[in-house]
Amino acid sequence: MFEGVPLTWFLIVATLMFFIGIYGFLVRKNLITILMSLELILNSVNINFVAFNKLLYPQHLEGMFFTVFIIAVAAAEASVAIAIIINIYRRLVNIDVEKMEEMKY
Amino acid sequence: MTNNQIMFFIFSAIIVVFSVLTVTSRRILRAATFLLFVLVSTAGLYFMLRFNFLAAIQLTLYAGGIVVLIIFSILLTSQVGAKLELPGLTKKIFALLAAAAGATLCIYTILQYKFPETAIISGRTNIDDIGKALVNTGKFGYALPFEVISILLLAAMIGSIVIAKKRKD
Repeated sequence: MFEGVPLTWFLIVATLMFFIGIYGFLVRKNLITILMSLELILNSVNINFVAFNKLLYPQHLEGMFFTVFIIAVAAAEASVAIAIIINIYRRLVNIDVEKMEEMKY
Repeated sequence: MTNNQIMFFIFSAIIVVFSVLTVTSRRILRAATFLLFVLVSTAGLYFMLRFNFLAAIQLTLYAGGIVVLIIFSILLTSQVGAKLELPGLTKKIFALLAAAAGATLCIYTILQYKFPETAIISGRTNIDDIGKALVNTGKFGYALPFEVISILLLAAMIGSIVIAKKRKD
């Protein structure tokens, strides 16, 4: 309980955000919107880490450091993904996942 | 209802509503803006939990860096006014089923589990402790992941420059 807010509330919000991200990941066709759903998923995991850190082990800082490292990895991943997306756009002039079948078969 | 509960409800309502709008909006630039709102209210949750340093990182790196990168790439790759095509009905139904089943299972498990009550140390984390832990090699020290993450960032930087560079044919 953090000043009236129990741990389960944080976990429920993070779960909803995670599965909304999963839904977007499955439904969307544009590569950039898929990347945005991925950011939602990573962000919900961060909320979980931080809530567990503060509400179960407040004397340690592990959850905080894991969140910092996840944010750094997310930034690296986003930059590489966008470089790949721009390269694909230059070759195929669209970024629709269902139209990219050059390397298939 | 305490102030903290009201703040939590406001932030979580913003998070859930704008997450749904992010994955369903048909204009891609609007989806990116809704993602920005989600990330900023997540930073609000971190401020509420007294992780000031982490909230600052969230605001500068996620809301400031990644969203700007995404918006730039949207402007480079698609027409601003264009609408995304709607997904097929079967795809939508099955994705919704998968997401709803997963969410129900997880929320049910969370509600069943009895988490232990611990005494909360109020007050914010000291920035000195964070800095010392990041370069410490002993117990609760994070020198190795810190170095590994710096190599990862260097590799990602070089990789994205090489991939996005124009080739001379």
